[in-house]
Amino acid sequence: MTKTSRTVLWIFCSLVAAFVALPVLIVVPISFGETRLLQFPPQGFSLQWYENFFTSPQWLRATGNSLLIGALVALTSAVIGTLVSFAIVRGRSKGGPAVTGLMTLPLVVPNVIFGTALYGIFLQLGLTGTVLGFVIAHTVLAVPYVVVNVTSSLRRLDSRLEIASASLGATPLKTFARVTLPLILPGALAGGLFAFMISFDEVVVALFLGGAGLETLPLKMWSSVQFQIDATIAAVSTLLIAVTTLIVLLYAWLQAFLRRKATQ
Amino acid sequence: MSVDLTYSAPVPTLSGPGAGRRERSRSRGWIWYLLMAPAVLLIAIFFVWPVFLMAVESFLGPDLTLENYRTFFGSPIYTQVLGRTFGVAALVTVLCLALGYPYAYLMTITSGWKRTMLLGIILIPFWTSLLVRSIAWVFLLQDTGAINSLLIGTGVIQEPISMIRTMFGVSLGMTQVLLPFMVLPLFGTLLTIDSSLQKASASLGARPSVGFWRVYFPLSLPGVIAGSLLVFVLALGFYITPALLGGPQDMMLGQLIVQQISQVLNWGMGSAIAMVLLVSALGLIGLVGLLLNRHSRRADAG
Repeated sequence: MTKTSRTVLWIFCSLVAAFVALPVLIVVPISFGETRLLQFPPQGFSLQWYENFFTSPQWLRATGNSLLIGALVALTSAVIGTLVSFAIVRGRSKGGPAVTGLMTLPLVVPNVIFGTALYGIFLQLGLTGTVLGFVIAHTVLAVPYVVVNVTSSLRRLDSRLEIASASLGATPLKTFARVTLPLILPGALAGGLFAFMISFDEVVVALFLGGAGLETLPLKMWSSVQFQIDATIAAVSTLLIAVTTLIVLLYAWLQAFLRRKATQ
Repeated sequence: MSVDLTYSAPVPTLSGPGAGRRERSRSRGWIWYLLMAPAVLLIAIFFVWPVFLMAVESFLGPDLTLENYRTFFGSPIYTQVLGRTFGVAALVTVLCLALGYPYAYLMTITSGWKRTMLLGIILIPFWTSLLVRSIAWVFLLQDTGAINSLLIGTGVIQEPISMIRTMFGVSLGMTQVLLPFMVLPLFGTLLTIDSSLQKASASLGARPSVGFWRVYFPLSLPGVIAGSLLVFVLALGFYITPALLGGPQDMMLGQLIVQQISQVLNWGMGSAIAMVLLVSALGLIGLVGLLLNRHSRRADAG
């Protein structure tokens, strides 16, 4: 590759990188501006949009709902996903590939289809607008990601450690609790974090399940955007970006920790 | 000490490796099913079953009928939405490929921190909320938004250009949202291509462009196909971004399903449209999977 074409490639890709990374950052200056309706570049500096958020009962309730649902989803999908991953990787039963296939279904079916279909049966079961309904729906969406995470960390794990433990007289349960679980725990935790993020950001399925009874943060954002897009939305978006960045850093740290553990 | 340990422990190998394994698998076989049960039941009851019921619903009116499908394919309003959805998905796929291919290629010829940085940037939108990213595009594109304000402020234009509530806005937003899904599979494939092949073609007198199109590009096809499929199928089912950035005249299939079910309350029609979308998405995945399979088998054989 000649020097000129390399330079051209770099310029092109820098523009692509800017197109990918920069648009979302527009919400940061807007959230600190003084005017309610957008003005660009923003005038002055003010924290009133953050104050709006932190003093509004509706915004706070929606945030609380999302945190609660996200935490429950993280817990249930981490447990359920770890159990099934263990059976897929270590089980000698013939069901493994079929179960793996089943677990990928929620990944390939558009959420809008899943949302409408689930809405149909939730109406009959009385689960719309309930925390339980949200936890079930989001766990379905999150378990596949936990399975991907945990099966890959299980495959990296040296199975001779478990054989060694068994040969030293440990029962299968004891081997699982004392050897396997501590080794795959970072993978399961990472899967749980991922599950939390999926639940915390989910809006399409929530559009059907939520409503007057129960509003999550994305749902509240969605309804505010329909009504009037103003600087409070920018403040909430900025907060969300900050929080997810923190979670991603935590996730990266867990992955690094996992790799260090596995190579020891 | 060690003798004591071996004696006290019921080591499987003591009774012969074959016997121990057989005994263990017989006594513990059911435990694997028990471990799988919660996840399998969850997906079966709350995913497979509702989608199945929806498929049944689409054929009911209230008797068994194809009426919903006949209405859908017979009415220009619906077929227009279908055509537009496939058109937008195709456009977004082409845009992602045009932006993503050079980007993935650059990632393969760099290394160290430069590659990490390029990878990190492409992963940013992967991690930021889809809703927040779509809202950010509204802030950028609306008539009083950042782009129009800047252009008017600097005197380039007098009147705002309408970018929101247009197909342009929808395609732009969706391209940004879906670009990582193109770059990551492409990068994986491009990494496996032996760079000496291009040098070989150059040393045999081929111009760089010929070397690229005749040698490099065909080898990258599996990645191109995988990335394009992923982007296309995800784009077919998009709801949030077109709902925020498009106008009523830019409606896509996902919005039509929501409208039929939660506004018109026509479950049969909504279900039928959902099935058209589902069959298109799964059918495409199956078809391309089959093609790729044959391609790789031919490559192995030849």
